[in-house]
Amino acid sequence: MSSHEILIGLAGVLFAAAPVVFATIGETLTERSGIINLSVNGTILLAAMASFAVSVSTHSLWLGFLMGMAIGALVALTVAFSSIALKQSQVAVGFVLTLMTRDLSYFLGNPYMGLRGPRVQSLPIPVLGQIPIIGPLFFRQDPLTYLSFILIGAAWWWVFRTRPGLTLQAVGERPEAAYARGAPVHRLRYLYAAVGGALVGLAGPTYSLSVKAGWKGTISGLDGIGWIALALTIFGGWDPIRGAAGAYLFALLQWLGLVLQPYMPNIPSQVLQVAPFPLMILTLLLVNIGNAEWVDRTLAGLPPDARRWVRRILRWMQVVPPASLGVPFEEE
Amino acid sequence: MTDRRTGFLFMLLAVLVALIFTSLVLVIAGASPVAAYWYILKGSLGSWTNFANVMVAWVPLLLATSGLLITFAAGLWNIGIEGQIVLGGIFTTWVLRLLQHSAMSPALILILAIAAGAIGGALWSVLAGVLKVYGGVNEIFGGLGLDFVAVALTLWLIFGPWKRPGIGSMSGTEPFPEKLWLPTVAGSRLSLWALLLGLIGAAVVYFLLSGTYFGLKLKAVGKNPRAAHLLGIPTTAYLMSAFLLSGLFAGLAGAVQVTAVYHRLIPAISSGYGWLGLMVSMLINFQPAWVAPVTLFFAILNIGSIQLPIVLKLDSSLSGVLQGALVLSFLLMAGARQRWQEKHGQEVSRE
Repeated sequence: MSSHEILIGLAGVLFAAAPVVFATIGETLTERSGIINLSVNGTILLAAMASFAVSVSTHSLWLGFLMGMAIGALVALTVAFSSIALKQSQVAVGFVLTLMTRDLSYFLGNPYMGLRGPRVQSLPIPVLGQIPIIGPLFFRQDPLTYLSFILIGAAWWWVFRTRPGLTLQAVGERPEAAYARGAPVHRLRYLYAAVGGALVGLAGPTYSLSVKAGWKGTISGLDGIGWIALALTIFGGWDPIRGAAGAYLFALLQWLGLVLQPYMPNIPSQVLQVAPFPLMILTLLLVNIGNAEWVDRTLAGLPPDARRWVRRILRWMQVVPPASLGVPFEEE
Repeated sequence: MTDRRTGFLFMLLAVLVALIFTSLVLVIAGASPVAAYWYILKGSLGSWTNFANVMVAWVPLLLATSGLLITFAAGLWNIGIEGQIVLGGIFTTWVLRLLQHSAMSPALILILAIAAGAIGGALWSVLAGVLKVYGGVNEIFGGLGLDFVAVALTLWLIFGPWKRPGIGSMSGTEPFPEKLWLPTVAGSRLSLWALLLGLIGAAVVYFLLSGTYFGLKLKAVGKNPRAAHLLGIPTTAYLMSAFLLSGLFAGLAGAVQVTAVYHRLIPAISSGYGWLGLMVSMLINFQPAWVAPVTLFFAILNIGSIQLPIVLKLDSSLSGVLQGALVLSFLLMAGARQRWQEKHGQEVSRE
């Protein structure tokens, strides 16, 4: 493999990671406010199908993207509404929605299977695109990839460096305290459910109108990605930058799987396609195991030096969810 | 209005909302809702053969849902159930392959194979349990990851070590000789042995959860693990046994799929019955008495929708849309009912 091919491959990784970045950051924002939207997997499928259908029928990419984001926001608002107004379990409602939206996408998408539709064109940026290495990686992409780059920084800045972001954190951690200080907890949870949901929805058209253009029903290869995004939200410790890093790692591993496949003829391609899932378990294990009691007990038996290093690594990996994630709150 | 009547009215409303939603979806797809519902009923109840097929689908769904109620009682979301069904199918196939040319009686081989399936499901479930209890990995993600791994394992077996003579294909492994099939009712695919297994399974879970101390303590762990622990219930042991038992039932579902339905290992051996079982569990609010009738109803929808692509050129995933709409609207109506009762000063009944 030449260095040129590797560069093209890596640019492809950044491109293919964009929808995962959207979904992971969207879910991160929603969960930061205390709402778990478990419907991500089905939402992405339905948004991908619907936005493709809209774009094919209207020849407008804009309307397609609008459709995908609207679906994402609507589904997430359903979760928020059933939790806030109707006191139902977020996990239950989210799970039903993830299955139902998936079946809806297959049912309604049937007539659009295999059709040719419009797709987003790449938009090289003049001057910057000519810089060696950096140019092809970051400045010869399509607008969605640029948007994903901007979103990572913007979301991080919003959550950790602005006043509304501070309120968002407070709403997810200690809603009573936030409410006492005048934050409209329920309204903010609806807002972040809608915004986060719209970003999750954006992942749909980013696939069906760009990364994997078209709609192929059950063999679209999108089923499962939403679950990865949910796991990446945890892996990222509810931090947009760390979550996005996880998304790039995921895309990188998928690309490596494709590149290495010819060297492993005995392993069917279907097996390599699911490789991210055991890795998902492993990463979740790594970020959570520091919380386990038996680990502490085992570590006590190690020599002090080794213990200190293991502790340091575990603490670096460890993540703690927003304290009120999934917990209902009564405004009085 | 009495409490009971309110409950019934809200239930009716929930069904109505789900039907309206699904009808709208059908209209969007350019199909007549009446025709679609009619063909679903005809395709599932229209003939003895069709109804026998409903029963064939009912058995694994019954077993999977029964198993799920055990984990739900312990407050666990056993999303790994799909993979546990798959592992049941794999273990059953494995034992059948090992023993199919032996001198053992076919009945004994079948019993061993089905037992192996149950063990396979239980092992996969316990793995999710270990990840949860000792590794801090939420059972939803651990289970889900293991679902995908199980499917990959199936594909690897079908295309690799267990491939058909010649070339492996998506149609699965080489079918077993007919003597190793669970006997079926003449002229149908229904095995009364499988049906019996499913009904006994549902009865066992009903009894376990509503009539034993084990069930009572399991529910205590599910409601409030810390309080249960303080009361002297070994929480970890109860959580692990919930995983084990649930996986056992899922494994049996997979064993039935191999020995009674497909007679070989196929890529989609679980047929999505694990997901469907999760939906049913939520719809019936985790009450064991409702498992049998509601799983039967869901099996009717599944089998009935199989003909939709042929007669109406619609995708058969309509059954999933209708099932999802039902569960969602029941959840929403349960919340609406509570609000309504609070407003009207009635005591909120706990079921």
